Amino acid sequence: MKNVLKVENATMQFGGVVAVDNLNLDVNEGEIVALIGPNGAGKTTAFNVITGVYAPTNGRVCFNGECIVRNHPTGKMKKTYKGEHPTMYTAQFAPEQALEGDALKAWKAQQKERDGYAFSDHILAPTPDRITARGMARTFQNIRLWKTQSVFDNVLIAKHMRRTSNLFTAALHLNAKEEAKQREEVMELLKIVGLEDVKDELATSLPYGKQRRLEIARALATEPQLLLLDEPAAGMNPQETLKLAQFIREIRTNFHKTILLIEHHMDLVMDIADRIYVLDFGKLIAQGTPDEIQNNERVIDAYLGVADDAED
Amino acid sequence: MHDAAYFVQLLLSGVTVGSLYALIAIGYTMVYGILRLINFAHGDIFMMAGFFMVYISASCSLAVSIPLVLILTVLLGVLIEKAAYKPLRTAPRMSVMISAIGVSYLLQNLATYITGGIARAYPDIPFLTKVMQVGSLSIKRITIITPILTIVLVAILVVLIQKTKIGMAMRAVSRDFETSQLMGIKINSVISMTFVIGSFLAGVASILYFANYGQVSPMIGAMPGLKAFVAAVFGGIGSIPGAVIGAFIIGICESFIKANENIAVFSNAFTFALLIIILLCKPNGLFGEKLTEKV
Amino acid sequence: MKNNKKRNLLLSLILAAVCLVFLLYVDKFQHYSMLASVLKKGAIYSLVAVSLNLLNGFTGLFSLGQAGFMMIGAYTYAILTIPVESRAAVYQYFDGGIVQFCLPMIVALVLAGIVPMIFAWLIGLPVLKLKSDYLAIATLGFAEIMRAIIQWKQVGPLTNASNLLKKFANFDSVLFPFIVSGICIAIIVLIINSTYGRAFKAIRDDEIAAEAMGINLAKHKMQAFMISSFFAGVGGALLAMFQSSVQANTFTSTMTYEILLIVVIGGIGSITGSILGSFLYIACSEWWLRFLDDPMPYIGVNIPFMRGGFRMLVFSVVIMIVVLFFRKGIMGDHEFSWDGIINWFGKLFKKREKPAKEVASK
Repeated sequence: MKNVLKVENATMQFGGVVAVDNLNLDVNEGEIVALIGPNGAGKTTAFNVITGVYAPTNGRVCFNGECIVRNHPTGKMKKTYKGEHPTMYTAQFAPEQALEGDALKAWKAQQKERDGYAFSDHILAPTPDRITARGMARTFQNIRLWKTQSVFDNVLIAKHMRRTSNLFTAALHLNAKEEAKQREEVMELLKIVGLEDVKDELATSLPYGKQRRLEIARALATEPQLLLLDEPAAGMNPQETLKLAQFIREIRTNFHKTILLIEHHMDLVMDIADRIYVLDFGKLIAQGTPDEIQNNERVIDAYLGVADDAED
Repeated sequence: MHDAAYFVQLLLSGVTVGSLYALIAIGYTMVYGILRLINFAHGDIFMMAGFFMVYISASCSLAVSIPLVLILTVLLGVLIEKAAYKPLRTAPRMSVMISAIGVSYLLQNLATYITGGIARAYPDIPFLTKVMQVGSLSIKRITIITPILTIVLVAILVVLIQKTKIGMAMRAVSRDFETSQLMGIKINSVISMTFVIGSFLAGVASILYFANYGQVSPMIGAMPGLKAFVAAVFGGIGSIPGAVIGAFIIGICESFIKANENIAVFSNAFTFALLIIILLCKPNGLFGEKLTEKV
Repeated sequence: MKNNKKRNLLLSLILAAVCLVFLLYVDKFQHYSMLASVLKKGAIYSLVAVSLNLLNGFTGLFSLGQAGFMMIGAYTYAILTIPVESRAAVYQYFDGGIVQFCLPMIVALVLAGIVPMIFAWLIGLPVLKLKSDYLAIATLGFAEIMRAIIQWKQVGPLTNASNLLKKFANFDSVLFPFIVSGICIAIIVLIINSTYGRAFKAIRDDEIAAEAMGINLAKHKMQAFMISSFFAGVGGALLAMFQSSVQANTFTSTMTYEILLIVVIGGIGSITGSILGSFLYIACSEWWLRFLDDPMPYIGVNIPFMRGGFRMLVFSVVIMIVVLFFRKGIMGDHEFSWDGIINWFGKLFKKREKPAKEVASK
């Protein structure tokens, strides 16, 4: 199985608080992987590290075998760093350090052409849009749709990054063909997620469940390989949750996406996840198949006892 | 050509101007700390205080008119808050800022209307403007009084904020508006108090500034206002000691720039250049706290 | 649908023709009237207001540097089009200045956009990273810095320091500002309706979501900032022509506030709103409310409180009322459309008929 996402020794420290502590995580192609844990365990922070919202304090993230985020404690953090492996991601982990002269130049040029940046040292902290451009898209825990835009436009805007037009050709409508194609694709996507009948409504006027669906559709419009869902079932009733589980499975089979999700609904997680990672206080306390997790004592202590109550 | 006395004179006048900016800057920094609003009208409150003095002192003695001016200035500040900012409490920040600009525009036009757009002579306050001889320097009393008064007022304010109940409420509100509201802090009275303090200090600054300067005109508030704001940003917005230090630095630099004829035209621009530099190097100012947006 | 499109096109053409005839009439018969002057200035302010709206309303960048960019545009235009023979007189304190050539009007007008755009790029690199109100104050500060530099004696040979620039190429026709503004606004509208315009709106609505969906914030904000500055510069050049003189002291932050208030009156995020707002604002402040500055002795009563300055006072009260109680302005974030107008009228007339129809259909 091909590895899609690999998080290595990722630590995120805010001041003195270690929100994510030495996280190691793998997601393989075609898998649905769940990241669970009690509130405040650092799940969303882990997402933010993966998607470039925060640069991690230490560690690295690889996507399709290529390093996309990498950092090590610098400046003040050198002294206050509480995590592990403080020197692991300094120079020796940077592939470009092995190159010299023209080879280095060529490598940098290649990086720059693909990503719009060439890192000059071994710290790699691209903005979220560059990570999205590589083929990773996310949804948000507290829905972040574009409020004044229609359902259709919300999805269409996500297509913006796959454009080939520039400002001039777009303004002069020389990209009409591309525009038409994008609109068609958006229409198709809306049909699949079942939002075509509300396409002209304001995104925020939709009921909660549909807003979540729209967020997923919007993420899909960026044509990602890996989809990251941050609590997609939050605030949904059992029936909606059931539908959502079906929908997530469809995304995998019909769109051939790999999915990493954060979720609190245990029945949903146990139902659809191939593998589960459990975080508590920023640390990984268990990983494995749903069966293994259900029988893991540490997890039961930290989490499932609480979750059982929540299910009722 | 320039002897030490000249240098000291410039330094002193810089400290004086700086103290005045400090008094105004506190109004900006406190309002920003609590409402996250740049109160563009604050400079115009300062200007209006000047006109209050002009008109009141025409019929009252100084002993009556000074307290009266301060009371009126405070009332004006609170009135502006109630009329122009309170209705927009839940509106986007841009709307409130536009409202502040609107109030500033209104006050300037009001002053223009009342005065006919002509600068008015400020009443002479002999106690402040008397000239003293210290060695080879001739200094107005105001030059000495202003910094001392400023430091005293700031000290009182710091004690007020650190030790009293309302001060504690202010600190709570500036940390987290919604939570403090849930905790039962009367948000409106805290905000009013902020405007009371800010306007009072602007009133004091206005008396000291115009007594020295000699006249008031409708547009005069804008520049000192903006500079005081820059001082507040420079020191780290929300931080009172920061605002005071920022104001002193700006006042002193300005005094020296104005003295050099070649670059005097940059005395205003310098302040803004300083602002842009500080925002780039230390976006939270010298003593400001870092705020991160939650995703 | 198709019928509507045809009808709307026809209506638009009729409106355009009516406007054109009206402008030609004003140009021919009322050339020096207040009406002509208001129309010209209104057209110029429309362009500037729309350019500010592109930033504040469509991209959510609260910039207060518009007057600064207008000033750079105005100076660029003026410096490049003063005839060589007049330069000695204009630059009397600086030996005729250092620029000793004169460009055609249109070339200079385009350059009046490009130069502010370059400045926008320079200032945008550091400043656009700042959050809303810091951005506002930094751009405001930038405008003040530029104003000081232009007035500096050392650059006098280029900018004539604090003296007036005059005698540059000018327009006479009422139509001219309408044509230039019209073209510029049309370009802005095209941009807003393109995929880039949608990206701008996404940034305005939610920056974090926009970035997560692959929109590069730095790049798109810079684009919006530069486009806006380009058109502000052209607007500044037009204003210079309208006033037939340029002086740095007129481009103060008050001018920016004025433009901002126009945008608010028209509706933040509405192009047609900004245009309507501009004409209304200019007409009110320069013409229709003039009577307020006068105690009106000619109607027999002397109203004592109506004297110089009262107009602006009333005006600013009206603005405060709009800001506080009609926050959406005239148009909200909607645009003018024939369908909208017809529906609106339709509702007005059909109100009484409706019950009857409902009964019939049942």
